[in-house]
Amino acid sequence: MANLLQINNLHAAIEEKELLHGVSLEVNAGETHVLLGPNGAGKSTLGYTIMGSPTYAVTEGSIVFDGEDITKLPADKRAKMGIFLSFQTPVEIPGITLSNFLRNALEQRTGERIKLWDFKKKMQATMDVLHMDYAYADRDLNVGFSGGEKKKAEILQLLMLKPRLAILDETDSGLDVDAVKTVSEGIHEFQKDGEHSLIIITHNTKLLDGLRVDKAHVLVSGALVADGDAALVDDINQNGYEKYLAAE
Amino acid sequence: MKEKTWVQDINTGFYDFRFEEDESLMFESGITPRIINEIADEKGDIDWMRAFRLKSLEIYNKTPMVDWGPSIEGLDMSRIVTYIRPKTRMRTNWEDVPDEVKDTFERLGIPQAERESLAGVGAQYDSELVYHNVRKEVAEQGVVYTDLESAMHDPRYEYIIKSHFMKLVPPTDHKFAALHGAVWSGGSFVYVPKGVHVDIPLQSYFRLNAKGAGQFEHTLIIVDEGAYLHFIEGCSAPKYYEASLHAGCVELYVRKNATLRYSTIENWSKNMYNLNTKRAIVEEGGKIEWVSGSFGSHVSYLYPMSILHGEGARSEFTGITFAGEGQDLDTGTKVVHAAPNTSSYVNTRSISKSGGVNTFRSSVQINENAHGSKSSVSCESLMLDSISRSDTIPAMDIRTNQADVGHEAKIGRISDDVVFYLMSRGMSEEDARALIVRGFADNVSKELPLEYAVEMNNLIGIEMKGSVG
Repeated sequence: MANLLQINNLHAAIEEKELLHGVSLEVNAGETHVLLGPNGAGKSTLGYTIMGSPTYAVTEGSIVFDGEDITKLPADKRAKMGIFLSFQTPVEIPGITLSNFLRNALEQRTGERIKLWDFKKKMQATMDVLHMDYAYADRDLNVGFSGGEKKKAEILQLLMLKPRLAILDETDSGLDVDAVKTVSEGIHEFQKDGEHSLIIITHNTKLLDGLRVDKAHVLVSGALVADGDAALVDDINQNGYEKYLAAE
Repeated sequence: MKEKTWVQDINTGFYDFRFEEDESLMFESGITPRIINEIADEKGDIDWMRAFRLKSLEIYNKTPMVDWGPSIEGLDMSRIVTYIRPKTRMRTNWEDVPDEVKDTFERLGIPQAERESLAGVGAQYDSELVYHNVRKEVAEQGVVYTDLESAMHDPRYEYIIKSHFMKLVPPTDHKFAALHGAVWSGGSFVYVPKGVHVDIPLQSYFRLNAKGAGQFEHTLIIVDEGAYLHFIEGCSAPKYYEASLHAGCVELYVRKNATLRYSTIENWSKNMYNLNTKRAIVEEGGKIEWVSGSFGSHVSYLYPMSILHGEGARSEFTGITFAGEGQDLDTGTKVVHAAPNTSSYVNTRSISKSGGVNTFRSSVQINENAHGSKSSVSCESLMLDSISRSDTIPAMDIRTNQADVGHEAKIGRISDDVVFYLMSRGMSEEDARALIVRGFADNVSKELPLEYAVEMNNLIGIEMKGSVG
């Protein structure tokens, strides 16, 4: 399988404080990885750093995407190459509707104009998958959305933009059981053709029910302490992180 | 070429074209009884008006300079020319307006706007209106829209003018109101008869072309019982290095159950001292809607005031102010609730950048008899960099315990998290910032007349984009 993302000895810091201490990770095209770890381990930091957040400075190591070193590229360039981050707390943006925003993002992603009618049809079909009321499309992006609707709006973007690599940062946090199921179905839709890669950051393995998991990693205190397959997820589920914390 | 995220200044070069001064009559600078008499002679003032001017001058000389807001030290009153007559008399046919004046307004899109979306237009160039026209069907409804001087000399309107002119804003109000009373020239008189709904807006456009000059137009509007009017005023001037002064005065009378929407887009050049006074009195069940966009001027003092005089009178104030380098814009609004069950709603946005200063000042007074009244004031400020300033000075004077009053102020910067979110969806940093600023201004800009809303969006686009890429 073709290598899509390669992270080499990545060190990242916020101001003077180092949060990632040499993380290396490989994701192949079509693979779904799960990133587990206790609170404050640096999972979100890793996701944000892959996306290119200026909040975190890469002090050492590199990120290579599709053969190109993207360590210094701004986030918009990375997005255009096909990287996507679903935010744990999506921001509210008054003045642009979800629909206009999504259409704009889609045109940025593909570099092509898209006809309004075609776009609308596709968007509504995707909203159906996520049990979203069409009315949300005409509301300002995330403004006044409930936590669940914000997360659904993120997954809506994921399904419309079809990035090559999607990082889902605790997409299940704060959702009730039904919403987790809906979001999980949306993610399944994304992974089922086997072409798109995923890094799923989560605490709650409910989200993973019904999803294919190829690899799993445990991140503790800014370093990867265990790599495995779906069995590792079950292990963490039963035993928690205790042995990794003790080993520290 | 790499684009800059920030530029020094809004590109207002669009307004900066100018024509050589070749006025037929330009008075000497300064303010003396002799000059006031010359203005009165030139305009053929009726005796009461001449007396009013001279009385105002006395008040002006006795009233101290304002000392509580942005500095106006750069304004040397002895150097301001108070009266400049353009080389033409007022026309009602656009073709008759002299070419260089016509060209000025053509570039500002005035006659085009008239053809497309206005019921009537007045265009003032320096001290006098050079063009005035109102659509036939509107005139047939009994709507009067003319320049104030013509109205004053018309026996049908003289009494109305005399009984309303500077009654809401008396010359004793403040120093520049007194100055206005002494040297006012040009402006508009509008009367909308009872029950008449003027479907499309009337517009006045004020252009100050001469340098080192002042513009002192007076706008007097009466919307009679149950009538409706939307009036738009636009202002601009080319930039000179000498200080210019705008001390206009707007008096609005909104009668029982009438509604007046008054929209202003002010884009004076950055050497302008904009010391304008606007006031509305609203009778029972009537409504005043102020929409105010302030983008230009070096210093502004601007606080449109609503006096809610009749039971159930309402006022809405929607404003946006954009201060860039070298601008100190002190804006806001005043409301006096002087009758029961009145309501006021204030919603403003200000944006400051490149060292620009925005001060939002509001004053809400609810009188003892105004029980059951409501007031809501919300102001939000956005600073685009760390050298700009934004202040909020709300004042409230509530004299009854049967009123519902709310105030909310927010001052912020563009959030890095929001920029990152937008960039993670493929948007460039400049586009992301422009989108955020537009979004911030959105619920105000959508109140602006369409062509101005588009222009404001473009201004923000230029602003955020830097050099044209």
